[in-house]
Amino acid sequence: MIIPFPAPQPGLWAASAMIAAVVLASTAGEVFTAAAMKSIGDIDKIRARSGLRGAVRAILTCPLFFAGVSFLALAFFSLLFALNHMNLSLVAPASASLTLVTNAIAGKIFLKEDVDRRRWAAAVLVCIGVYLLAH
Amino acid sequence: MAHARLTPRQYLILGLVSLCAPLGDTCLSRGMTGLPEITLAHPTSLFSAVFTPWIALGIALLIGFFASYLTALSWADLTFVLPATASGYVILALSARFFLHEAISPERWAGIVLITIGVSFVARGPSLTERTPARPQPPADLSNAAKEQLR
Repeated sequence: MIIPFPAPQPGLWAASAMIAAVVLASTAGEVFTAAAMKSIGDIDKIRARSGLRGAVRAILTCPLFFAGVSFLALAFFSLLFALNHMNLSLVAPASASLTLVTNAIAGKIFLKEDVDRRRWAAAVLVCIGVYLLAH
Repeated sequence: MAHARLTPRQYLILGLVSLCAPLGDTCLSRGMTGLPEITLAHPTSLFSAVFTPWIALGIALLIGFFASYLTALSWADLTFVLPATASGYVILALSARFFLHEAISPERWAGIVLITIGVSFVARGPSLTERTPARPQPPADLSNAAKEQLR
């Protein structure tokens, strides 16, 4: 994000770049976070065994979790930045709905999740639905 | 696939994920639109935005979202959690309709229907991808060990 965006209403490219930054950062963040939580195991069971402190320690000692949080923080600040330049009615639905599809792709490739036809259909339906609802 | 069934507590966590995220986003938007323009020339103004009331409330809700989201990801797939928790948008729209008497346009009704169908699709499927060296292994090992002891 080196390009200085024009002040009043961003053009198509600037708007797309802002939304793409939110989508890419949040997809990377969610994939890393999901990988971290899978490597840690069921948090409810850890909490039952070694308490809340044990669960927090298990999460905070996982390097993948910090990679995930860094990307999610980046996504959060790019969302704040975009919200200051564009309407919520464009930024939120566009980034939320696109993230569903990019996550389905990333989940299949990087997390090796079983994204069957049912999950693809759900990702696409919810993607269009979120866009229509929040627009 | 009996082990893929979610417990009521797990449904509650998915519910928290669904509700805290859209509510938090709404608070953030309300906070950000009230602020003067933030430019790349003064990026530090973005950090001071964090301490305004609506944004602080939004962040508190998003922390609640994150805690329940992490818990959900520890026992369910990302590609299950994300579509399944989109129902929060529907709940938010319907509560605006019934409690705040806001009108819902045909476009939004179409969105509500699509999300509901999408959520019902994932909710019928397994919540976690089956992996061969996964959790079902230990009980099998134990029972084998027990069998060998019996021999």
